[in-house]
Amino acid sequence: MSTNNLTTHNLLSAESLAQIDREVAKYPADQARSAVMGALRIAQVEKRYLTNDMIEFIANYLGIAPMMAYEVATFYNMYDMKPVGKHKLTVCTNLPCALSGGYTTANYLKQKLGIDFNETTADGKFTLKEGECMGACGYAPVMLVNNHSMCNHMTPEAIDKKLAELE
Amino acid sequence: MTVYVKGVVFENVNFEDPNCWRLEEYVKRGGYAALKKIINDKITQDDIIADMKTSGLRGRGGAGFPTGLKWSFMPRSFPGQKYLVCNTDEGEPGTFKDLDIMVYNPHALIEGMIIGGYAMGITVGYNYIHGEVFEAYQRFEEALEEARAAGFLGDNILGSDFCFQLHGHHGYGAYICGEETALLESLEGKKGQPRFKPPFPASYGLYGKPTTINNTETFASVPYIIREGGQKFLELGKPNNGGTKLFSVSGHVNRPGNYEIPLGTPFSELLEMCGGMRDGKKLKAVIPGGSSAPVLPADVMMQCTMDYDSIAKAGSMLGSGAVIVMDETVCMVSALERLSYFYHEESCGQCTPCREGTGWLYRVVHRIANGEGRPEDLDLLSRVGDNIAGRTICALGDAAVFPVRGMLKHFRHEFEDLINKAQKAKGL
Ligand SMILES: Cc1cc2nc3c(=O)[nH]c(=O)nc-3n(C[C@H](O)[C@H](O)[C@H](O)COP(=O)(O)O)c2cc1C
Ligand code: SF4
Ligand code: FES
Repeated sequence: MSTNNLTTHNLLSAESLAQIDREVAKYPADQARSAVMGALRIAQVEKRYLTNDMIEFIANYLGIAPMMAYEVATFYNMYDMKPVGKHKLTVCTNLPCALSGGYTTANYLKQKLGIDFNETTADGKFTLKEGECMGACGYAPVMLVNNHSMCNHMTPEAIDKKLAELE
Repeated sequence: MTVYVKGVVFENVNFEDPNCWRLEEYVKRGGYAALKKIINDKITQDDIIADMKTSGLRGRGGAGFPTGLKWSFMPRSFPGQKYLVCNTDEGEPGTFKDLDIMVYNPHALIEGMIIGGYAMGITVGYNYIHGEVFEAYQRFEEALEEARAAGFLGDNILGSDFCFQLHGHHGYGAYICGEETALLESLEGKKGQPRFKPPFPASYGLYGKPTTINNTETFASVPYIIREGGQKFLELGKPNNGGTKLFSVSGHVNRPGNYEIPLGTPFSELLEMCGGMRDGKKLKAVIPGGSSAPVLPADVMMQCTMDYDSIAKAGSMLGSGAVIVMDETVCMVSALERLSYFYHEESCGQCTPCREGTGWLYRVVHRIANGEGRPEDLDLLSRVGDNIAGRTICALGDAAVFPVRGMLKHFRHEFEDLINKAQKAKGL
């Protein structure tokens, strides 16, 4: 898609690049910058977290200044700029969830995984994060797995089951 | 988690059917009939906007601005590109209605946006979707494909010369992008920092072009209004509060969920629909319109009807329709502490009063909650609040202050008790 070839080799798979091209096509031809959020998301799904090299690669791919991509990656809190475990678990503890067991869920996970918020288990399998309202409070307590999969009614039993499923 | 009762957005949706969201099912429910009517009967833009005004529909995103009036602001004859934007960045704590619209009835939103495009002479639209609900974004993309394949969306819709392109844009975690100008910045691929208003989006919006922004539920109400007429919609609710509305009920009720009911329904009836209070506990307080709305004590709330005017008269706001129900066991200081943390965390940091002030609010409430409150703290909270409210670029500043004021007004004694205990513990 992009004719701008400042980066000599591709840091992303052909599928990811095709997905990014589909994002670019949604916006006016001179507004490829609009696709930066989608492009960073697609890159993060493939690589699990974003390195500075990756951010620069994406900026070049879209034909925008690296700083523009960097400021987006740091502003939105679902982008990970540091290595995270294989499964990033984000638990909502905002008030509506808290009234229906959000903290019980968070504490159970902390105890079961032996880590605190913003930590990763020694085997690199799980990272635990505290989240803000995910717009799913009716299903409280809720937990998000790897940014894209919402798990509802996460009671301790439901957590046991979910963790066993996550390889 | 929708417990449908009676309303225009979820009319006849069978939530048990995993295919209820599909175009085929939507059409069976009368979907896209409004669009067909407009195209076949060559209904004019003026007629549509007049019907929207008659309906009394008010924006469902929080501010409650009359939708017909907003649509009439769009400079229809403006020669360049204009944009239509849907705000599905649902992140106001307690709100989860737009998620269910996306999951169970996305075509109502799509049809509503196409009609909006037609009425305002707009050919391109975007739907900005909250980061945490990726599955809803995927569903929306699938629904768009269905609509394009059926000829409802794209070039020469239903054989007419009307064209409308619509795309999904997925956010990635920032409450502030729910504010309409922050959303536009984000859609342009920038940090979600609100713009100064004026100019308003109707004259300077996406890519600097005239833009109309509405909430998901607002758009999803449009097909009914066009199909059945604005007057019929208005009569479902009450004057100045037309139609039905989705209420997201969370907290200490037996059946949390979305309830679509006529505006003007007594709160006590809504509470009954939710199966009453969980574990038979007593109702203590309700935040009636999302976390930014001031809390109301049980006795006040039980006298309210669920509409813009009644809740405003009681000193709060209907906002997004998120009803957070709290029972007698809730410590109001801890509840406020969590909310104040949220606003501090989500401030975009552009304005000093909001960036610094939300930090002050959180730290002071936090120390009161943790038994380190000082006698001067309640005055301090009021003063910090006064220095934020009305002095910022966007309404997040106000949104951070309203819950503090509400709690201090109705539950001041709980704060005073904790402060007194802290003083005694120190031997003072
Ligand atoms: C901090 C903040 C957050 C907001 N969040 C949302 C939101 O999540 N969804 C929404 O529709 N409107 C939200 N709004 C209101 C929008 O700015 C805007 O008024 C609304 O999208 C207009 O649509 P409507 O007239 O259909 O309600 C928010 C406003 C502020 C100040
Ligand atoms: S009020 Fe707060 S969130 Fe709004 S623009 Fe100012 S700093 Fe940003
Ligand atoms: S408060 Fe947890 S999803 Fe809304």
